[in-house]
Amino acid sequence: MLEIRNLHVAIEDGSKKILNGLNLTIRDGEVAAIMGPNGSGKSTLSYVIAGKDDYEVLDGEILLDGKNLLEMEPDERAAAGVFLAFQYPLEIPGVATMTFLKAALNAQRKGRGEDELTTPDFMRRVKAGAEKLGIPQDMLKRGLNVGFSGGEKKRMEILQMALLEPSIGILDETDSGLDIDALKIVSEGVNALRSAKRSFLVITHYQRLLNYIVPDTVHVMSKGQIVRTGGKELALELEANGYADYVTNAAA
Amino acid sequence: MSNITPLKTEAEQALIAQGATVASDRKEAFARFLEHGLPHRRVEAYHYTDLRALLKSAPPPAKAGGKITTTSPLADIDAHVLTVVDGRYDASLSGALPKGASVSASSALADDGSNEKGLLSADPVIALNAAFSDSVLDITIAAKAEIEKPILIRLVTTGAHASYPRVRLNVGDHAKAFIVESHEGAAAGSLIDSVLELRMGDHVTFDHLRLNLVDHAATVLTTFGGAMGKESLYRGHNFVVGGSLSRHQIFFRFEGEQSKAEISSACLLNAKQHADTTLVVDHAVPECQSREFFAHVLDHESTGVFQGKIIVRPGAQQTDGKMMSRAIVLEDGATMNNKPELEIFADDVACGHGATVGALDEDLLFYLRARGLPKAEAEALMLQAFVGEALEKIEHDAIRDTLEAHTEQWLKARSA
Repeated sequence: MLEIRNLHVAIEDGSKKILNGLNLTIRDGEVAAIMGPNGSGKSTLSYVIAGKDDYEVLDGEILLDGKNLLEMEPDERAAAGVFLAFQYPLEIPGVATMTFLKAALNAQRKGRGEDELTTPDFMRRVKAGAEKLGIPQDMLKRGLNVGFSGGEKKRMEILQMALLEPSIGILDETDSGLDIDALKIVSEGVNALRSAKRSFLVITHYQRLLNYIVPDTVHVMSKGQIVRTGGKELALELEANGYADYVTNAAA
Repeated sequence: MSNITPLKTEAEQALIAQGATVASDRKEAFARFLEHGLPHRRVEAYHYTDLRALLKSAPPPAKAGGKITTTSPLADIDAHVLTVVDGRYDASLSGALPKGASVSASSALADDGSNEKGLLSADPVIALNAAFSDSVLDITIAAKAEIEKPILIRLVTTGAHASYPRVRLNVGDHAKAFIVESHEGAAAGSLIDSVLELRMGDHVTFDHLRLNLVDHAATVLTTFGGAMGKESLYRGHNFVVGGSLSRHQIFFRFEGEQSKAEISSACLLNAKQHADTTLVVDHAVPECQSREFFAHVLDHESTGVFQGKIIVRPGAQQTDGKMMSRAIVLEDGATMNNKPELEIFADDVACGHGATVGALDEDLLFYLRARGLPKAEAEALMLQAFVGEALEKIEHDAIRDTLEAHTEQWLKARSA
């Protein structure tokens, strides 16, 4: 279970406050969607959960299964079960995708006090995961994300999530830059990972993604707060009416 | 010009005293050194590497009989090994070369390479080598010879003295070879001043790897002069981790059309190491291509210097030259000096240069850490990839693997 209580966050130099007392609870197995206008703090929330140090947490707490994430380094959070699928996955020339996947998987296992995977076991897992997501073998030999299309990068993120088996997967605008076919593949990849133990936080502008990844709850974010919570039908309402109501309300 | 004679530094005074013993055919070279003394920051080519200030002392030339106590970092590589101990070729520690390759050593310098037709510039460091070198190693690769295995020239300095190795390589037309020039050993207070001259004919394929793996407290001044004929390929690689003070000079000249040279370098520095690479690529004829790629990783209070100049002579049309220097500075105390230059006297050429200096990319680091890699491991992975871009140009798998492993060790020691 992920619990965020009264979270206040500013960008590092303290000049601008982005999150203003945000509260959010995601139960085990729950898929929660956060929607909201540009600049409402959605991506900041995902970075703060994952531990990016461009932000200053002024108040509040983030607990994953009772553990205080804010006291952990980003790699410790990953080992504890946090996975952030980046909106813009980074390219790392010179690091073969396979090398990276193995380093990440074994680092997390080490962080959890587990043994490293044997090479055949690792290869088997990667191959199976890649096949499901339509990732060709030669892509795994190339530099991580180097020269990959937007869709390929997002599929690679989902492959990483499948291999790392997090307890919470955060999808930061995973639908951006995807055509409809890629959106389906990525969504299927995510749906295959849904389980009673694993929860998801799906951040998106558009309702479309939520046709494929059907959420249990939908939260509307504005000015750094959750301003409304409902079921999946709330997404449809937002699609019809836009965010204008929330922007004005919050500003008032 | 004024006639003020500058005060001699301690190192210069020592060198002058040692100069009394140089052989008669070396007096001229020694006089050339004396004329200017050690170069300093007001000499443009030495602006970032002021030898008057940095070279604190000049140890005496090594006596014969030094004992090698270290093993070559490339000991596991299947190669023809030639050994030069304290600047002198040692046949007893060298293997026979295969058919098509021959080796000989003599004390005669004949031509010190710094004249108009020579490969080297009139440089005081080269003049010092010419004055004190008493053994010249000549290696000849015959025309059409294809030497399968690398020829590993171990240049070992055995103690806190000076060594002045000098190697001349002649490569005949249509020949193919791979030479590894490995500077090893030395100690605190050692001074190495080496010169390697390479003359290549036409249709040659030549690989040249230079390793600076000497003691971290030694001074290493190395010069490479190369010239090549037409339709040839030269691939030069440099791997630098050793020396408290090092300077490597490369003077490379295209003398025949449609040839190609690729020169790359990986330089890993820490503590207070100072490493300078000064490169001059001279496109004297048309239709040649040169690629220069230099990577520096600078930790602690180290200093890197890259001075690279591409010259395109009048008439050297269709020259294609591209030079790139990239540096990662890991600590605030580390410094990188880049000085790329193009001197173009032809109007139909494609030449360019670029230089970047920066810290490790914070966003990339976060990406790796968000995947579970601890900070030190994430940094090591990024640096390994950065250095890998220079190392991947080495065509010999086993040697490349050895240098990648060496890089890994260096990075491990860093995070330990």
